[in-house]
Amino acid sequence: MAETKKYIVGVFDDEDVLLPAVKKIRAEGVQIHDVYTPYPVHHLDTYLGYKRTRLGKAAFLFGATGTTLAITMISYMLGFDWPMDIGGKDFLPAPNFVPVTFESTVLISALGMVGTFLVSRGLGPGKKAIMFDPRSTDDKHVMAINLDKNTKHSKEDIVAILKQNGVTEEPKEVDL
Amino acid sequence: MQVTSPVRAPLVLKKEENGQKRATTYHDITEDICRQVEAPPTNPRWLLAMLLSLAALGWGGYTLYRTWWFGLGEWGLNKTVGWAWDITNFVWWVGIGHAGTLISAILLLFRQKWRTSINRAAEAMTIFAVLCAGSFILMHMGRAWMAYWALPLPNTYGSLWVNFNSPLVWDVFAISTYLTVSVVFWYIGLIPDLATIRERAIARGDKIRAFVYGILSFGWDGSAKTWARYEEVALILAGLSTPLVLSVHTIVSMDFATSLIPGWHTTIFPPYFVAGAIFSGFAMVLTLMLITRHVFKLQAYITLEHIESMNKVIVLTGSIVGIAYLTEFFIAWYSGVEYESYAFINRAFGPYWWAYAAMMSCNVLSPQFFWFRSLRRNIYVTFILSIVVNIGMWFERFVIIVTSLHRDYLPSSWAMFYPTWVDLGDYIFTFGLFFTLFFLFAKFLPVINMAEVKAVLKSTSQTTLEKVQARSAESVASDTHQGDDK
Repeated sequence: MAETKKYIVGVFDDEDVLLPAVKKIRAEGVQIHDVYTPYPVHHLDTYLGYKRTRLGKAAFLFGATGTTLAITMISYMLGFDWPMDIGGKDFLPAPNFVPVTFESTVLISALGMVGTFLVSRGLGPGKKAIMFDPRSTDDKHVMAINLDKNTKHSKEDIVAILKQNGVTEEPKEVDL
Repeated sequence: MQVTSPVRAPLVLKKEENGQKRATTYHDITEDICRQVEAPPTNPRWLLAMLLSLAALGWGGYTLYRTWWFGLGEWGLNKTVGWAWDITNFVWWVGIGHAGTLISAILLLFRQKWRTSINRAAEAMTIFAVLCAGSFILMHMGRAWMAYWALPLPNTYGSLWVNFNSPLVWDVFAISTYLTVSVVFWYIGLIPDLATIRERAIARGDKIRAFVYGILSFGWDGSAKTWARYEEVALILAGLSTPLVLSVHTIVSMDFATSLIPGWHTTIFPPYFVAGAIFSGFAMVLTLMLITRHVFKLQAYITLEHIESMNKVIVLTGSIVGIAYLTEFFIAWYSGVEYESYAFINRAFGPYWWAYAAMMSCNVLSPQFFWFRSLRRNIYVTFILSIVVNIGMWFERFVIIVTSLHRDYLPSSWAMFYPTWVDLGDYIFTFGLFFTLFFLFAKFLPVINMAEVKAVLKSTSQTTLEKVQARSAESVASDTHQGDDK
């Protein structure tokens, strides 16, 4: 049987209260598991100390793969496997290959990057979402603090810190 | 927090309740957008619209069956005019699609917040319009079941590959990439809102909806890390889609420009087609958004500010298209090529003069009304002109294709093109397809991107600034001088 984890969950109404609260709570040495919001709150990831994503680099690598595949494919098919004399044109007229190469680059870059995003965040059709509070998809910002990882602070301390930093409801304990 | 000038009008209007106005909250946005999705599909206006769309689809389906069963002889084509109605409609539908990606991608890169209320529907419109465009390719092939021959696949007749020098193969890659990336962009944007509907369904004990939206929402939890990655994905997809928008219609224009037909063989085609596509696309977005706004009572989210901004794009692109028409005419004369000059004189004064007149009046003259602010902000004028522009853009494609073909180098082969009822039916089929898909989308998926509207609510429609300042004086930096919606 899987072990349950205990979390303290604080609910915030306003992003302008949430952002400084994240900063202060982390400064107190409390480790925040994550914050769940109904819309992207800018700078929240940096306040939480998350590193900048490398999805851009992934997109570039997928794009480069797409370019290479397209050039290889077209050159092989038209230049080597079945060279056709079309209106006396060169067998490898590079400018004519630009559109297909470009489209293949974009296609593989987009699909590869989105796939990487979904896999890295554990998202996919039918995946079950772990929700600390369903209102985080509506109008509340929900902060989850893992009690097992915050051994320096007692549960009461964490509740007190949350209260000092603008939660709008009594913090609750959730077992997952 | 980002700074918004106080002189800018709010992008989300105040909520009216019992004759009183109050600031719109995040929860209001959820309620207003989810209401339509959660209501049973019994709205008589929606049912009537679906019935009409399905009727068009059914009728068009019959003509489509005739096209494929009896062959392209059912169309009004002849040996001179070998492309007409089909390619006109194809180019028109591809053009319609362009506004969606433009709103999603280019306006995202330009940080235009007014895109947030209309991007979802515009992206959906893009996908459905590209499907309609694609259906004309399949129709034109005559043997739609052989469509995969256009792909670079090994075949049973030996190692014979598609011709990558051909603009028609470029089209295959451009359209299929455009459709795929647009679907991905649209769906990624939908996931957070689908999670909202899922959670509401779970809370209400609606098991079927919770199950369906549970699968569709991909397990979205809205964590800060996921949102950060999601925004990066959206931005990169926007960066990838922006050149895609430009490339798709550029490649479509090359179908004509790389030929030697007078009236087609022109270097102005790529930018001219792209501008025309954005022009017609925005007109269609306006037509649809004005109807959606009225039917679903979304006046607080799709405001006059949004409508005016789109009308500004229309006057800009309409003027670019107008300049392109004049440039074409000038170059036809200046080139000194008699065939080229004749093609353009024939367009304006030949047997299809009425199509040319319709094109010029609808595309060049009608958008000029939008120089006047009062007309830009008038819903009725906007609605009528948006339809006029779409009619004009259809005529533009018809003029380019049919008038260039019907008079070729040999006067003995000159001919006229008259569409048959099957031609007409195939066009109606795509209208049926487009509106059926759009109405299904509008009913079963959130028509406005809730998460993105919530993200701009505060910075563009802040009404409780004092309250926020009182609660967290330290956090509200000096840059929060947003304007109130008066």
